[in-house]
Amino acid sequence: MPVESEVSINAWAWSAPILTRAQDKTKGRKMWEYVKLVALALITLMAAIAANYARDPAYMVNALTVMLVAGGLFLWSIRRVGEPRAATPENEYFDGVVRYGVIATSLWGVVGFLVGVIIAFQLAFPSLNFEWAQGYANFGRLRPLHTSAVIFAFGGNALIATSFYVVQRTSAARLWGGNLGWFVFWGYQLVIVLAATGYLLGATQSKEYAEPEWYVDLWLTIVWLAYLAVFLGTIIKRREPHIYVANWFYLSFIVTVAMLHVFNNLSIPVSIWGSKSVQVFSGVQDAMVQWWYGHNAVGFFLTAGFLGMMYYFVPKQAERPVFSYKLSIIHFWALIFLYIWAGPHHLHYTALPDWASTLGMIFSIMLWMPSWGGMINGLMTLSGAWDKLRTDPIIRMMVVSIGFYGMSTFEGPMMSIKAVNSLSHYTDWTIGHVHSGALGWNGMITFGALYFLVPKLWNRAGLYSLKLVSWHFWLATIGIVLYASSMWVTGIMEGLMWREVDANGFLVNAFADTVSAKFPMYVVRGLGGLMFLSGAIIMCYNLWMTVRAQPETASDNALVPAE
Amino acid sequence: METYSLLREFADSWMLLFLTLVFTGVVLWAWRPGSRSKHDEAANSIFRNVDKPAGNGAASPQAGIKEACK
Repeated sequence: MPVESEVSINAWAWSAPILTRAQDKTKGRKMWEYVKLVALALITLMAAIAANYARDPAYMVNALTVMLVAGGLFLWSIRRVGEPRAATPENEYFDGVVRYGVIATSLWGVVGFLVGVIIAFQLAFPSLNFEWAQGYANFGRLRPLHTSAVIFAFGGNALIATSFYVVQRTSAARLWGGNLGWFVFWGYQLVIVLAATGYLLGATQSKEYAEPEWYVDLWLTIVWLAYLAVFLGTIIKRREPHIYVANWFYLSFIVTVAMLHVFNNLSIPVSIWGSKSVQVFSGVQDAMVQWWYGHNAVGFFLTAGFLGMMYYFVPKQAERPVFSYKLSIIHFWALIFLYIWAGPHHLHYTALPDWASTLGMIFSIMLWMPSWGGMINGLMTLSGAWDKLRTDPIIRMMVVSIGFYGMSTFEGPMMSIKAVNSLSHYTDWTIGHVHSGALGWNGMITFGALYFLVPKLWNRAGLYSLKLVSWHFWLATIGIVLYASSMWVTGIMEGLMWREVDANGFLVNAFADTVSAKFPMYVVRGLGGLMFLSGAIIMCYNLWMTVRAQPETASDNALVPAE
Repeated sequence: METYSLLREFADSWMLLFLTLVFTGVVLWAWRPGSRSKHDEAANSIFRNVDKPAGNGAASPQAGIKEACK
C-alpha cells in the first residue's frame, strides 16, 4: 500500500539523524564531563597555592574550604564518569532543589536567630564577650555573622527555594537549565560558608550587609547570574500565557540585587593572595553607593522578593485568588519606581548634599502608598474567608506577617523624615524598626511558606501538629512585640538623653549614662529574641516530624528519588 | 558644562518626565477596559498545574490553547 510505504520511508529517513543526534549528545556530555574534571582539578590546585601564599588567616581558611569543596567534587565526579544518567523528566517539576532549599532555610534560620540571641545578651552583659574568644566571637565579629545569616542565609535560601517552586507552578513548566538549579543552591551555600568563616577571622570590607570580601563577591556574582538564567529560562519556556505577579516581584528582586551587588562591591584587591581590598569609590560617594545598595537590599531582597512569596502563598493557603490583580500590578510598578530613590535617607545630616537627602526622604514618604496598597491587597485576599483565622494557624501567621509589613512600612517613611531622623538615627529605634520588619514580615511569611511547602514537597497529608504551629505563632508574635517595644523605649530614651542640655547649653548626659540606662530594655529584647528562636526550633521539630511520622499520600506527584 | 551638572539637569527634566509617563502608562494599561477577565484569569492561574507541568493532554485549558495556536 502506498501510504504504508511512505510511512516506512519516512521512518527510515528520520532514524539516521536521530541516532547521530543521540550519539552527539553522549559525546557532548562526555566532553562536558572532562571539561568539568579539568576545571575542578585546576580550582583545587589554585586554591592550594592560594592557601600556601595566604597573607591572612581568613583568606587561608577560605582557600582551604574552596580546595576541599573542589577536590571533593573532583573525586565525586571522576567516580561517575561514563555512568548512564537518567533523562530529565520534563513532565515532572524539579522539586529536589526546593526540598534542599526548605531544609537549608530552616537550619540557617535557627543558626541566624541563635547568633542574634547571643549578641543581644552580649550587649546586655558585656562579660559574655569572653576573653578567650576575643577576636573571634566578640560582638564585633558576631554581629555581621548574625545579619548575614538571617538576611542572606535564611532569607536568601527561602527566596531561592520559594521562587523555584512558584515559577515552576505558575509557568506550568519544569525548571530551566537542568542541574544549574543545583549549582545555584550549592554555590549559594558556599557563599554563606565563605562569608561566615571570613567574618569570624576578620575579613570584612566594612560595608553593612555587603561585608564579604572581593573573591566572595565575585563568586556570588557568578551564582546570581546562574540564578537569573534559571529563573528567566523557566519564564521564557512557560506554558501559561500570563506571567503571574509573584514572578514579577521575584524577577525584579533577582535583577536589582545583581545590579546593586556589582556596583557596591567595585573594589581592587590589595593582593590576589589576601582578603583585603580597597573600594573604588571614596568618601561621600562611597557612602551614597553603600546606602543606595543597603536600602535597596531591604527594598528588593527583603520586600520585593518576599512580596513574591505573599502573592503566591497567601492566596494558595486561603484558597481564593488575590483580592485585586490590578492593584497587585500597580503595587509592583509603584514599588520599584519609588524604592530605588529612597537610599539617601540613611545619610541625613551628613556630608551628603541636602537635595539628595531631601529626595530620599520624599521618595520614602511616597513609598508609603504602594506599601499599604500591597498590604490591603494581601489582607483583603481573606475577605469572605476570615473564619480561617480561627481554624488555620498558618493563615494567622501570614496575616500577622502582612500586618507587620504594613506597620514597618509606615514606621520607615516616618523615620526618614529629617526631623524624626534627628532623634531616631544612631539609636536602638532603628534596630527595633529593622526587626519588626525582619522578624515580623520576612520571618512570619517565610514560616507560613515553609508550613505550606513541606507537606506538599514530601507528599504528606498535612502537618504533624497544628498545635505546635500555634505555639510557634504565639512565641514568635510575643517575642517580636517584646523586641520592638523595648527598642522603641530604649531608642527614644537614648535619643532624648543625647540631645538633653542644661540651662547653660551643656550636654547633660555622657554616652555611658545612656548605656547603663538601657540595660533593662536590653534584657527584655534578649528574651524576646529567645522566644522567637524557641518558636523556630519548634517549627523545625514539627517539619521534621511531618516528613518522618505523617503517612505518605497517594498522588501523581510521586516523590522523585533524591538526585 | 561639567558632566555632573549636565547629568543632573537631564535627570530632573527629561528623564523624570519619561519615567513619570512610563509609570502613568503602566497604571492606565492595568485599568484598560476589558482587562478584568484577563486579570481574573491570571489571578486564578495559581490553582492549576499544581502537581505537573502542562504537557500534552494538559490539565490547563490555557496551555491547551497555547498549544493549539502554535
